[in-house]
Amino acid sequence: MKKVFSRPKSLKENFIYHYCPGCGHSIAHRLVAEVIDELGIRGITIGVPPAGCAVLAYYYIDVDMIEAQHGRGPALATGIKRVLPDRIVFSYQGDGDLAAIGTAESLHAANRGENITVFFINNAVYGMTGGQMAPTTILGQKTTTSAPGRDITLDGYPIKMSEILCLLPGVKYVERCAVNSPANIVKTKKAIKKAFQYQIDGVGFSMIEILSQCPTNWKMSSIDSCKWIDEVMVKEYPLGVLKDVTAPEKKKGK
Amino acid sequence: MSKRIGMEIALAAAEVAALCRPDVIAAYPITPNTHIPEHLAEIVAEGHLDCEYLPVESEHSALSACAGASAVGARVFTATSSQGLLYMGEIVPIIPAMRLPIVMALGNRALSGPINIWNDHSDVMAVRDMGWICLFAANGQETIDMIVQAFKIGEDHRVMLPVLVNLDGFQLTHVVESMIMPDQEEVDKFLPPRKPYATVHPDNVVSMGTLGLPEIYTEAKKAEDEALINSKKVILEVWKEWEKTFGRKYEPIESYKTKDADVIMLTVGSMYETAAIAVDQLHKEGFKAGLLNMKLFRPFPADELKAAVKGARVLIVTDRAVMCGGAQAPVCAEVKSVLYDEPVRPAIVNEIIGLGGRDVRVDDFIKMFKKAATADKVKPERAYEIYGVRSS
Repeated sequence: MKKVFSRPKSLKENFIYHYCPGCGHSIAHRLVAEVIDELGIRGITIGVPPAGCAVLAYYYIDVDMIEAQHGRGPALATGIKRVLPDRIVFSYQGDGDLAAIGTAESLHAANRGENITVFFINNAVYGMTGGQMAPTTILGQKTTTSAPGRDITLDGYPIKMSEILCLLPGVKYVERCAVNSPANIVKTKKAIKKAFQYQIDGVGFSMIEILSQCPTNWKMSSIDSCKWIDEVMVKEYPLGVLKDVTAPEKKKGK
Repeated sequence: MSKRIGMEIALAAAEVAALCRPDVIAAYPITPNTHIPEHLAEIVAEGHLDCEYLPVESEHSALSACAGASAVGARVFTATSSQGLLYMGEIVPIIPAMRLPIVMALGNRALSGPINIWNDHSDVMAVRDMGWICLFAANGQETIDMIVQAFKIGEDHRVMLPVLVNLDGFQLTHVVESMIMPDQEEVDKFLPPRKPYATVHPDNVVSMGTLGLPEIYTEAKKAEDEALINSKKVILEVWKEWEKTFGRKYEPIESYKTKDADVIMLTVGSMYETAAIAVDQLHKEGFKAGLLNMKLFRPFPADELKAAVKGARVLIVTDRAVMCGGAQAPVCAEVKSVLYDEPVRPAIVNEIIGLGGRDVRVDDFIKMFKKAATADKVKPERAYEIYGVRSS
């Protein structure tokens, strides 16, 4: 019989994901591993996992990994890439890591135009510590630290890190994707591949934001949490390419 | 009226912190203290407490926000653990230098690396010399009591210093215990609103957190040291008043079966209760074991320590952190330094136990006692031992 589906070589064998049922992290992990296989960069890739739910990413993705302290991923990745410029270096971060405690590191690695790839998993909540409000939490969203729903007078607005980073000339490619449907998963994989390819080609800093379902902390079924991304989250965080400096410019008036 | 409750200790810590009527709480979640600020957020959201709850983006900002709020006169509470405390690190020594009476609950957790979310005292030991008053709770009841006491101690104009209330991560934070919770009226009576010593006002302009040139830095440090040393008088007063009001006694070093004890052990934090069971068992065997628990670590209770170990032949000092490359583990280093000038002092054995959540059981304490019994005749090979470490 023809084998149509198997484990990517860049995912370790014989493990069980520690992620909650319905979580988007395991899909994102698999996509990263598939792309590493397809680009043939497994031997030269170095990953930087975060603090947060993905802290144990090195249990799953079978490449060299160096753990960063909370929020420090892009700074650590900078150090690795500057010493080993022929390696493919990526950092994998959640919204607590990238958009809260690590905002400064994210902005400044991007502003320096480091030739690294950042995967930004946005689930609009602090996942691992049990569902507290994140800077990315949607207005009105109920979390354990925004019980009546996020309120702008107390908590400010959802922070759009991808749009903010696009303002920096050092940033070459930013796309926002989601892993809540087969079609979106296919698009996410394409974006991950393009981002890695840009790093291989020396284009510069790229970030793929991935909207990811968190049924546990959203207190929804897996199916409802996939729907919530389409119905609510995407309105705040529209999907698509936000910046791509290598794309041919559209002619004015057309 | 006080009420007996059964509750997770972290939640009880939040409940009692709310009874202290803080004006501002700023925190960033980190295991294992998370339930404390999280539950406070609920209490504020439900309207039970009139307070600014600031879910800031990092611990660095949390303690900075606390500093700002406290400097302009607010009563301020925060909580953290481990790396969170270290990320606050830049601000930690600023708080006592500015004489801001912030109260922090520290759910003690091992420092990375390797990453470890479980309990030991390496976090607090990293900041022990930065000028905060440092209390250690042995159980849920002490956690509740010490949080109220901490505000009263810190805000006293003879003190004006921040207070760290240490509670062991998981061993205490995540355990459900039976405790007595005071009510609002009792806390209000014991703890009146904060009267700030200095606040900002256009009629009386002040500068806080100013530059200290070499001409004044030395004097500033001397003043800070004196303030911390002198805080002990107020701590003892507050504990006396607590005992009179609530009937629960607090002392810098609590002793258990130390009368006529031959071998005494010193613990810090929640290990005390397990070690007490070991002491009971040893007494049945005719082994004269005694136990001390240090509730006050800063200012260091030197006189109380000297009195507590009088008559003992051997003293076992347990530590919950490694002082890498140092002469001793941190608690023992200070114990030895205090006892050095005593004409008669016990032989001292230093056991480093319970690192990164490693269980220390009753049997382990019994082993430590028995092994230490000959320490006055046969000097231990090393100045300290990391107890139970596996080797190939």
